[in-house]
Amino acid sequence: MKPVYAITIVLILMLPFPWLVQSEFFLNFGIMLLFSAFLGQAWNVLGGYGGQFSFGHVAFFGTGAYTTAVLQTAFGINPWVGFVLAGCAGGGMGLVVGFLSFRFGLKGAYFALVTLAFAEVLRILANTADFTGAGVGILIPLDQGAANLQFANKTGFFLLALALVALGLFITAHLDRSRFGARLMAVRENEDAAMALGVNVFAIKLRAISLSAALTGLAGAFYTQFFLYLDPTIAYGPTVSIEALLVPIIGGTGTLFGPLLGAAALHTISEITNHVAADAPGLNLIVYGALLVLMVLFLPSGLSGLLARLRRRKTDLGE
Amino acid sequence: MPDLDLLVPSAINGLTTGAIYAVIALGLTLIYGVLHIINFAHGSLLMLAMYGVFFLHSLFGIDPYVASLIMVPAMFVLGYSLQRGVIGHASHGKDENILLVTLGLAIVIDNLALYLWRSDTRIIDTPYAFATFEFGPVLVSTPKLIALFAAVAIAALFWLMMMRTDLGKAIRAVAKEKTGAQLVGINVEHVYAMSFGLGIACLGAAACLLLPTFYVSPQVGSAFVLIAFTVVVLGGMGSFTGAVLGGLIIGVTESLGGLYLGESLGQIGIFVLFILVLLFRPTGLMGQRT
Repeated sequence: MKPVYAITIVLILMLPFPWLVQSEFFLNFGIMLLFSAFLGQAWNVLGGYGGQFSFGHVAFFGTGAYTTAVLQTAFGINPWVGFVLAGCAGGGMGLVVGFLSFRFGLKGAYFALVTLAFAEVLRILANTADFTGAGVGILIPLDQGAANLQFANKTGFFLLALALVALGLFITAHLDRSRFGARLMAVRENEDAAMALGVNVFAIKLRAISLSAALTGLAGAFYTQFFLYLDPTIAYGPTVSIEALLVPIIGGTGTLFGPLLGAAALHTISEITNHVAADAPGLNLIVYGALLVLMVLFLPSGLSGLLARLRRRKTDLGE
Repeated sequence: MPDLDLLVPSAINGLTTGAIYAVIALGLTLIYGVLHIINFAHGSLLMLAMYGVFFLHSLFGIDPYVASLIMVPAMFVLGYSLQRGVIGHASHGKDENILLVTLGLAIVIDNLALYLWRSDTRIIDTPYAFATFEFGPVLVSTPKLIALFAAVAIAALFWLMMMRTDLGKAIRAVAKEKTGAQLVGINVEHVYAMSFGLGIACLGAAACLLLPTFYVSPQVGSAFVLIAFTVVVLGGMGSFTGAVLGGLIIGVTESLGGLYLGESLGQIGIFVLFILVLLFRPTGLMGQRT
């Protein structure tokens, strides 16, 4: 099946979800699932397709989140405009981080560490600067209405999140088919060989990180509008960075539907633990960490890899 | 410009803190030098060791320095088993996978500590916690001075072990040429696990040196992990002299940064230094280009 048809079918199947579930709880669950999936899709562009593992994607998330929040509270700029600008700000931050890291040839573990360091620097800056509200954080004034990107009905947020996931899916499908995507994957598989074949490795990586960071910035803006509150630990703390990489790793890095699959698995598991253990501090993250270890040990190609393997076995038996 | 009365004690204080950083970094650099992996769980394992020292003192009344007799072997066993049981099976041919597994371990350990012991900051009371030593016109805290000498002793022991013992020879052989070492009959898996165990044993020693003057909380690991990476990157990945030198430089930088820039902005100094070293001299002060 052509990926465009597959994507359309998946989206159509998800569309009626808010009208099918009656409870606020499940609607919230669906929104957070899509939010995670989008975050994972954004990371997947750079980490999955480009093979550049970032540990500090929160640097782009927080920048997008603060852009919307500050523009709105300090300058009265409409959050829809802020939403678009958050993507630009996230992408800009990606350009800066990418330019510095890739210009000087950082890869593998070094790249992961330097992104983490950038995120930490931003967290400390956000903690000391005045316009970010320092440690107190920013509270977005409640003013419900679709024009203000504060939907009175949670269904609005669900549809917005679904639209973001659709954007992520189409961008990922484009990577699977375009020249840019092919070059990016060549860089992931063997940088020296790609360079020898005439791929401008630096430019390709820079494009990938900007795209990935711009999407992550949009995720940040979505978070701000949904929760209407932001502080340095949420915006630049490690939790979002971990979620961004964990989702595609569970689902399968460098695959079209991996992040969506991963987000569904992750959120189902974490809801169950929350339910069983009644919100003990740190418990959710224990599960995240354990999942990360188990996935890398036993299923390095993620759930997508497992499904592909099962399908192959079935056809093998059929013959 | 603050006068020398402030500058000199601050610099000496930084030097003693830096010595403990050096011990932590020695373990990290050994693991990197031999296994070529970055142990992201280093800070979390240090935090675990610090809790070990804390509980040995509060439950059994064991002095932190005496506790090193228990903590160092205990951490060695933990490190050995982690490498043999978990980390060694993770790579599947890609270095990123090992980084991810150690990240996962760090998340689990940190949050397990948070779950079990809550986020309270704990300190232990020792009669000598505030003892000082007169060093000309400068007063130096005695536990920190002990840490400084212990760090130098540990570094020397490490060097002797690497240069003079069969184990050290095997470790160096595996670090240089894994396949070749295997061919001459060295058990590579065992050497890997020994190196990881020794690297983690350093954390047991560091925890014993830290606790008389420092606090422990579940978050303490993440504070130390980036410092340890900065030290190792600055000194040169895999270099022992580099780790000691880097530790001292970072200790002094942090202390002086805190003096001139204030506590919260002073933290930035370390991260900025880390980024700058990675960008402009990723081989560090003592490292060789590979």
